[in-house]
Amino acid sequence: MKRNRFLNIILGGGTLAWLGSIFYPVFSFLNPPKRPEANVHSVKAGPADKLAVNSGEIIKFGRRPVLLIRMDTGEVRAFSATCTHLDCIVQYRQDSKQIWCACHNGYYDLRGRNISGPPPRPLDVYPVNIVNNEIIVSKPKQMG
Amino acid sequence: MLSDTGQKLYHWLDERFNLTPLIDYMQHKQVPVHKHSVWYYMGGVALFLFIVQVCSGILLLFYYQPGVDSSHESVRFIMTKVNFGWLVRSVHSWSANLMVFFVFVHMFSTFFTRAYQKPRELTWMTGFILLVLAMTFGFSGYLLPWDELAFFATKVGTDIAGAVPLIGEAMKIVLRGGDDVTGATLSRFYAIHVAMIPALFTVILGLHLLFVQRQGMHEPEAFKKLKPEQKKMIPFFPNFVLRDVLLWLIILNILLFLAVLFPWELGPKADPFVSAPEGIRPEWYFMFMFQFLKMLPAHIGFMEGEVAGILFFTLGGLVWLLTPLWAFKKRGKVDIMLLCGLLVIAFILVMTVIGYVY
Ligand code: HEM
Ligand code: FES
Repeated sequence: MKRNRFLNIILGGGTLAWLGSIFYPVFSFLNPPKRPEANVHSVKAGPADKLAVNSGEIIKFGRRPVLLIRMDTGEVRAFSATCTHLDCIVQYRQDSKQIWCACHNGYYDLRGRNISGPPPRPLDVYPVNIVNNEIIVSKPKQMG
Repeated sequence: MLSDTGQKLYHWLDERFNLTPLIDYMQHKQVPVHKHSVWYYMGGVALFLFIVQVCSGILLLFYYQPGVDSSHESVRFIMTKVNFGWLVRSVHSWSANLMVFFVFVHMFSTFFTRAYQKPRELTWMTGFILLVLAMTFGFSGYLLPWDELAFFATKVGTDIAGAVPLIGEAMKIVLRGGDDVTGATLSRFYAIHVAMIPALFTVILGLHLLFVQRQGMHEPEAFKKLKPEQKKMIPFFPNFVLRDVLLWLIILNILLFLAVLFPWELGPKADPFVSAPEGIRPEWYFMFMFQFLKMLPAHIGFMEGEVAGILFFTLGGLVWLLTPLWAFKKRGKVDIMLLCGLLVIAFILVMTVIGYVY
């Protein structure tokens, strides 16, 4: 009887180890390797006077989309264009002068704060500098 | 002459593989005839549409090229340059939707006739797995043309998966092949759509059909109570099979009619640096879940609304899968199962309608 149990444990453990030795490599294989993200600190976004007042445009910040807005006052602001709800890409609305996500009708104000609809968090703000009429968008500080 | 050759061939095979018992078995299998008999054909229709999917899908593979720079282009090529390419693609898309529809019809018909009861518990469970696989087919196929709608629908769909507690983030990354929906996602969905799910589906479908053949058709309550001489039956082979085939022909005609008159469209190419357009929505059979998630408040108790919603559907699916284990018996006039079924259908219909109207 005792020997029987001993054998069962050995066999059971062996089967488990065998299954593990198959599935562990398979699951690890499916988990994509981390690709180092090009460490972009700032991008040039073209001449400031090219961007019309009361309009917005999506630019590439490394691999991320960023929404550049020129407000009525002429001031230029930049926000992460990725909606904090479910990952859609937002746009500037000229009629309401707000940032809008078409996917589930989410709204943000021009400081990136979520003001209506499903978005749970504000958009990240990207600092903007204008140097010799060139728009320069830099990485938010808290993003490391 | 021809039947002569046929006879000879049959004998040749029979001598080697002993086919006669198999034919006998199929001829002796009886299918009940009663006023709910139409529902016996719904699984068969789903089966036929699956076969159509396999055939049209293999044809598409001859021209389709997965990749951020080639998916959309190759689908456009199929639609504009390849002879009858538009038809093959349209058939594949329409048939996919019809298949999911008929699997739903089939499932609810077996639910309401209580066909899941002992001894058909495993038939029901394999059937439910087939439904989940059919929906996975749809979700993965939707992205393959790499158009705008599909791109954002996939972003949203995989992001929802990411809200699952603990394993969500890992699941999302494995599904997407990285943090974002990119060419890596396309490769994965392609592998899932044309290799992984077809293999799984075929195995489970084989089991499902084997169970049905071994156990014969379920007889509804009223029919079971009849005396043996009052029960009207037809042989499975050839009578039932011939009727099946006739219905398949009708379905094929409807399918071609839809595919020709309402050719499937192709939206503008996906661009990860363009704002989402209006009208992003999942395919209709995901709409009820999607709409329900959307209507939940941001927080329910200590949970995020989304998480609560996902939990709700996971548990709901599990309960539905295990129906044979908890199903209530009919007591007198009250039929709790009938109510349950109607409630589920009402929920799905109401959510779907709201999803499309708003
Ligand atoms: C693509 C998916 C499916 C295919 C191709 C398929 C095919 C079939 C076929 C050909 C039959 C025999 C004829 C009939 O009863 O209609 C059958 C029976 C059955 N199926 Fe499915 N089926 C699918 C999905 C499902 C699903 C989702 C369920 C439920 C969760 C299900 C549950 C059953 C049950 C309980 C039976 C036995 C019915 C009886 O004996 O009366 N099937 N299936
Ligand atoms: S993804 Fe933006 S509101 Fe849902």
